[in-house]
Amino acid sequence: MTSVMIDTGNYIAAKASVMARPDVVAAYPITPQTTLVEGIANYLASGEFKGEYICVESEHSAMAACIGASSTGVRTFTGTSSHGLLLMHEMLHWAALARLPIIMCNINRVIGPGWNIWPDENDSISQRDTGWIQFYCSSNQEIFDTVIQAFKLGEHEDVSLPVMISYNAFILSHTSMPVFVPDQKEIDDFLPKRIPKWKLEVENPITFGNIILPHEYEKVRKEMQKAQQNAKKLIPEIANEWKKKFGRHHGDLFEYYKCDDADYILLSMGAIGAESKVAIDNLKKNGKKVGLARVRTFRPFPEEELLKLSKKADLIVIDRNISIGYEGALFNEVKGALYNKSDSKVFGFIAGLGGKDVTFGDIEKMCNKAMEGKVKDHQVWYGLEEV
Amino acid sequence: MAIKDLPREECYIPGSAACPGCPATMAMRIVFKAIGKNMVMIVPACCTAVIESLHPKTSFDIPTMNIAFEAAAAGASGVEAGFRKQGKTDTTVVAWAGDGGTYDIGIQALSGALERQTNFIYICYNNQIYSNTGIQRSGATPYAAWTTTTVSGKTEFRKEMGEIIMSHHIPYAAQACASYPEDLYNKVKKAKSIKGPKYIEIMAPCPPGWRFGMERTVEMGTMAVETGAWALYEYENEKMTFNGKSKLILEGKIKRKPVEDWIKYQGRFRHLFIPKKDVERIKAIEKHIDLIWERYRSCYL
Repeated sequence: MTSVMIDTGNYIAAKASVMARPDVVAAYPITPQTTLVEGIANYLASGEFKGEYICVESEHSAMAACIGASSTGVRTFTGTSSHGLLLMHEMLHWAALARLPIIMCNINRVIGPGWNIWPDENDSISQRDTGWIQFYCSSNQEIFDTVIQAFKLGEHEDVSLPVMISYNAFILSHTSMPVFVPDQKEIDDFLPKRIPKWKLEVENPITFGNIILPHEYEKVRKEMQKAQQNAKKLIPEIANEWKKKFGRHHGDLFEYYKCDDADYILLSMGAIGAESKVAIDNLKKNGKKVGLARVRTFRPFPEEELLKLSKKADLIVIDRNISIGYEGALFNEVKGALYNKSDSKVFGFIAGLGGKDVTFGDIEKMCNKAMEGKVKDHQVWYGLEEV
Repeated sequence: MAIKDLPREECYIPGSAACPGCPATMAMRIVFKAIGKNMVMIVPACCTAVIESLHPKTSFDIPTMNIAFEAAAAGASGVEAGFRKQGKTDTTVVAWAGDGGTYDIGIQALSGALERQTNFIYICYNNQIYSNTGIQRSGATPYAAWTTTTVSGKTEFRKEMGEIIMSHHIPYAAQACASYPEDLYNKVKKAKSIKGPKYIEIMAPCPPGWRFGMERTVEMGTMAVETGAWALYEYENEKMTFNGKSKLILEGKIKRKPVEDWIKYQGRFRHLFIPKKDVERIKAIEKHIDLIWERYRSCYL
């Protein structure tokens, strides 16, 4: 029996993670992730969460403890944000290279200085190359559904990689929405116990992570790359299985919204991705042939789907991040995916850094500027430069 | 327990990449004998990450997980929780780290794991330097010792990790030395029988790091104890007990030997003797050792 829970993104993520029955959670508090770890602590107190809860002394140790626990073959979960994610950086690489399916929620928050707790995506984008699968959610329901699906994906024998589920600070983490929550039994049926490929065990004493020579190491990297490619195939399969079972679908690598007959397709992610739908509706009403492809997975990067989109439309990209010295990460990667394969134009905007609000009105303006041909080669800082 | 009575089973197996005369491997062999095969080991960046041999081989016959430099105790916390969740509570979880990974970069994770009452044994093999990276100064390097980053000799005294550990009020902590295998065996054995966090630090004189001949490892360890530069003790349920010669030194039954007897064999202190004797710095070392023992006596006698 599905029930409806009206709660914030963090409490929804806590509920989802506990329903996935992790054996070990290791976490450290940081605003705006705190209510997520508090939520899990409440479930521990009520007995609904039956795993081990390690309240570590830093995010670095949170990820190290998850690595230790996951290495024993059990299911692990953690959550963090912003500076916490950055402190984990070394261990993010470690978890991925060790092929440990640790599942983590990251609440996208600005990096200081100056101190700022509002949303932008520079924290997780800067962890792009760690080997983690990266999802970006745009509603609390999507957070719930994606957390459960992430366990199934990460623990799949063809993937065996950690998965990060990101969602914007406050806009989702602290905003209540109604969310359909299935029965524990239904979740258990969908998500069986983890079967690890390898684990630390006395009966089979293996040394993990010792010195590896260059030719072997390169193979390890290539296998990780293959695992990410496998994830591209599995993400739609798992999403489809979820849809069949629970009737909900948030998209595969992309969520497509009114893309049929579009001459322009807007690419955005996270909370801006949700706001974009309102903008698209309004633009359509005014006769503009524009649709939305909301990016759900930044890693693996959906290049094949992008190419298909570019065959029929020009692309408008909004980045809530900036790779200083070049451009927004999504803009950059979209252009890279199209290089030599598509004649489609790509227009780019930087918007919403430092948590600056990006409304559907702003998104409409950006789309109109692009469609009017006022955006040239470079990415436009929306609101900071005239176009 | 005499050496001849130690278990014959070896978990430290051929294929090790340790230097000849390595004290870490001497101590590890004893630790393995004391704990037995039902253990799991967590190793951060340190000499042991080399000693254990190259992938896909290993020189340890126990499950071993490598982890980042600062993360041994946190990784062990996770392993312990994972094993506990699976009901494997009889397996001993051991974090095995060097002094750099313990005194310096790993102190935060270690302190956290002790405070959380993690059920594991943390072993620090202390060779008083970052040896694996090529002999750099650590928080455990003694005053006046040469390292590649203290070219004229370290200008600060080493910190006392044991005292920091004790302030966590854990059930068991001990200082041992690779040169006293029976003492080390007994301490590890005792630690294994106690629930909660245990800390054992092993003095590990490093031939290439300290610049002495590989045949002198044991002697450098015994001299460290006999000169009082290192103390053998146990801390159990808030009570300190000194062991062996350290006990006699504490009680004033023997006088500790002059530190010169120890440092004159070590190339890392060569600049204190050549071209001429640096009386002042040698005196400073002596004075600092006296200070530590005076405090031991006032606190623990």
